Amino acid sequence: MKLDTSGFETSVPTIGFGSSSDMLDELSSVPSFDLPHTKEFDGFQKKAVDMLKHAKGTTTLAFIFKGGVMVAADSRASMGGYISSQSVKKIIEINPYMLGTMAGGAADCQFWHRNLGIKCRLHELANKRRISVSGASKLLANMLYSYRGMGLSVGTMIAGWDETGPGLYYVDNEGGRLKGDRFSVGSGSPYAYGVLDSGYKYEMSVEEASELARRSIYHATFRDGASGGVASVYHVGPEGWTKLSGDDVGELHYHYYPVPPAIAEQVMEEATTE
Amino acid sequence: MECVFGLVGNGFAIVAADTSAVHSILLHKNNEDKIMVLDSHKLIAASGEPGDRVQFTEYVQKNVSLYQFRNGLPLTTSAAANFTRGELATALRKNPYSVNILMAGYDKEAGASLYYIDYIATLHKVDKGAFGYGSYFSLSTMDRHYRSDMTVEEAIELVDKCILEIRSRLVIAPPNFVIKIVDKDGAREYGWRLSVNDVTTAAV
Repeated sequence: MKLDTSGFETSVPTIGFGSSSDMLDELSSVPSFDLPHTKEFDGFQKKAVDMLKHAKGTTTLAFIFKGGVMVAADSRASMGGYISSQSVKKIIEINPYMLGTMAGGAADCQFWHRNLGIKCRLHELANKRRISVSGASKLLANMLYSYRGMGLSVGTMIAGWDETGPGLYYVDNEGGRLKGDRFSVGSGSPYAYGVLDSGYKYEMSVEEASELARRSIYHATFRDGASGGVASVYHVGPEGWTKLSGDDVGELHYHYYPVPPAIAEQVMEEATTE
Repeated sequence: MECVFGLVGNGFAIVAADTSAVHSILLHKNNEDKIMVLDSHKLIAASGEPGDRVQFTEYVQKNVSLYQFRNGLPLTTSAAANFTRGELATALRKNPYSVNILMAGYDKEAGASLYYIDYIATLHKVDKGAFGYGSYFSLSTMDRHYRSDMTVEEAIELVDKCILEIRSRLVIAPPNFVIKIVDKDGAREYGWRLSVNDVTTAAV
């Protein structure tokens, strides 16, 4: 229902907004306002804000252990019920010793991580030393905070190795920033937490940790429709990050749960044509 | 779901806050310290939206430090509380902060004091105060057992009573709490009340 606002539009103002005939001299300055095109005046603002709260259809995780930081993510991009891509890079390389994960809007995450990389490089040039993970995540959190309420959708983890050792921070579009040892972000994160929390030990080796990360992503993609594709696993050590593996989760399924060959009780014979 | 409460005793003020960082149904972190040490003799316990909470309390903390640098004197608790309320009020009709604050402090002249500042910039000087769903349980418990001349031990007993009540009655009760105290010797952490211990060795 479009409201008839023609009464508000006047090309020649005859009655000014609270003043008298001198308004005729200023044709362009009649104050007017647009009414919102909606039936419900009471709820539309909240609905608009909620519309901007995109669900983050993905599974990403990262955790600190004895050997550094392990970062893993799936690679599916979905728009509602449509899978738009199975090969999205959700682990973003900010610089050779820092990684960021992507959850939420792909464009937002890629842009702001690239922007963060620029700011980190500028910090290095200005201060002749690398930026800490804490500093980098604070830069990102402050940038996102200044855009709060404007519809950015970013749920990211900043993982890296600096002078104080391994660092992991969770930063989101509301400006929240949390320092922690284990995080998982996205629609598949509760499933990933289930596997990650039960299998986690600080003293794991790099192989055990990468297997735990891969397994957690696999289980999340199994249950969550918005996650899938390829499970990538990265490791951040004192020398920087390295990509450890990228396995298709469909193949991982049969690797973890192989189908036993069926025992044929009766074999149908081919019908012979004569 | 965030529970923050505090009370004033004989020459000290105590605040307790839960330590869960929650995102819809997920508990991202169960040892997040929400009580910031504002300066040597002041504490801010804050609850509210994650970005606002950290950004606003850090903003207050830096401004309080700035005042001290410029003037060589620290702000009194009352002045800091009024400054905080003023900032919330100014932002309220443009870009409001969703943070509820309990500010506890000790001044030589005024003694220990507690200020209740809510997200719409209400300011009250109180003996006991609470925010969040936990307030439904802690306020009445504190009303019943509070006396203005409590010792630290009696006050901690009361805080533990409140935590027990929250844990047993609130449907999604936070697992862990942190307690901080401020008195003539300064603002410091008093202790933690953990019911879920994390697997990792270091608490961050």
